Amino acid sequence: MNESYYLLLAALLFTIGGLGVLVRRNAILVFMSVELMLNSVNLTLVTFSRTIGTLDGQVMAFFVMVVAAAEVVVGLAILMSIFRSRRSASVDDASLLKF
Amino acid sequence: MSPELAASEAVLAATSTGEAVTFWILGPLSVIAALMMVLSKNAVHAALFLAAVMLSLAGLYAAQDAPFLAAVQVIVYTGAILMLFLFVLMLVGVDASDSLVETLRGQRVGAAIVGLGFAALLMGTIASAVLQDDGTVAAVGLDRANEEGNVVGIARLLFTDYLFAFEITSALLITAALGAMVLAHKERTEPKLSQREMSRRRFAGDSPIALPGPGVFAGTNSSATRALLPDGSEAEQSVSPILTPTSGKPAAGADSEGTQSIERPS
Repeated sequence: MNESYYLLLAALLFTIGGLGVLVRRNAILVFMSVELMLNSVNLTLVTFSRTIGTLDGQVMAFFVMVVAAAEVVVGLAILMSIFRSRRSASVDDASLLKF
Repeated sequence: MSPELAASEAVLAATSTGEAVTFWILGPLSVIAALMMVLSKNAVHAALFLAAVMLSLAGLYAAQDAPFLAAVQVIVYTGAILMLFLFVLMLVGVDASDSLVETLRGQRVGAAIVGLGFAALLMGTIASAVLQDDGTVAAVGLDRANEEGNVVGIARLLFTDYLFAFEITSALLITAALGAMVLAHKERTEPKLSQREMSRRRFAGDSPIALPGPGVFAGTNSSATRALLPDGSEAEQSVSPILTPTSGKPAAGADSEGTQSIERPS
């Protein structure tokens, strides 16, 4: 058991998140998969922070969390306005920016 | 170099048992939950599986000398972001689940192949990098960085080296909040009714008295159950018209049960 297991786990989670982005068509689920990818990268940052022995990685993971929060707020608001005009949360339906 | 190395090895040896147990419980749990999240058809189930992933990641942060991030993970991700997801799910409609029809032919197979290839590439790279290292590059550990405490250490970095990024973050958060308000704002398509118009509509309309309430019977007290008129027929107006499109027929089975339980004594 050493730190590289965390990196492998993070890689696996990142792949699963990417798979979700590729496969799912409900925009909310796509967002959730993106969140999963961000989380796995956070795990990598925390692991490297421990490997190097400084806290910079943890600070970066903290910033990633803040940006993810902002991203989710704006993304879900866009999703809601799309749903309001289109009655659908599928990413296939929103193929045009207007109309 | 060697005393440092010995110290780091000592740290590794000291933390490895409990940490290994934590890792081998939380790691597979998070992978299974992530897979279930991607594969589950129901969006609410996916949100709950995502919560499981995030909580186990918080446990892994705590195991890696990052207690502050573990707490933030629980509070911000599982507390705020997932609740936001659930709010939007409820607004959009829980039954807005994915249709399982493939719009692109071979999309899933292609995605699976790409995913497997990507995972093999990424994990192979990490594994080879780790295997090449013959123990000379051992993890330093955070014991020295966390001397004053993890929160103090992070705050010291955040308010010195990363101060500018921190301030920019506040601008980002304000922009995001404003943007969300602008985007989620709904234009009123019809003018707001004044009190005069509302009372005129109420008293000059079809029924100046209050509409009948829904039926409350021995079998059901659902608000989708129609009340019975004295002649035994159902009162159409007793059920809100909003309930009809969402639940299909307004509780047809419950309605007949209610009718039976009313009729039985008579």
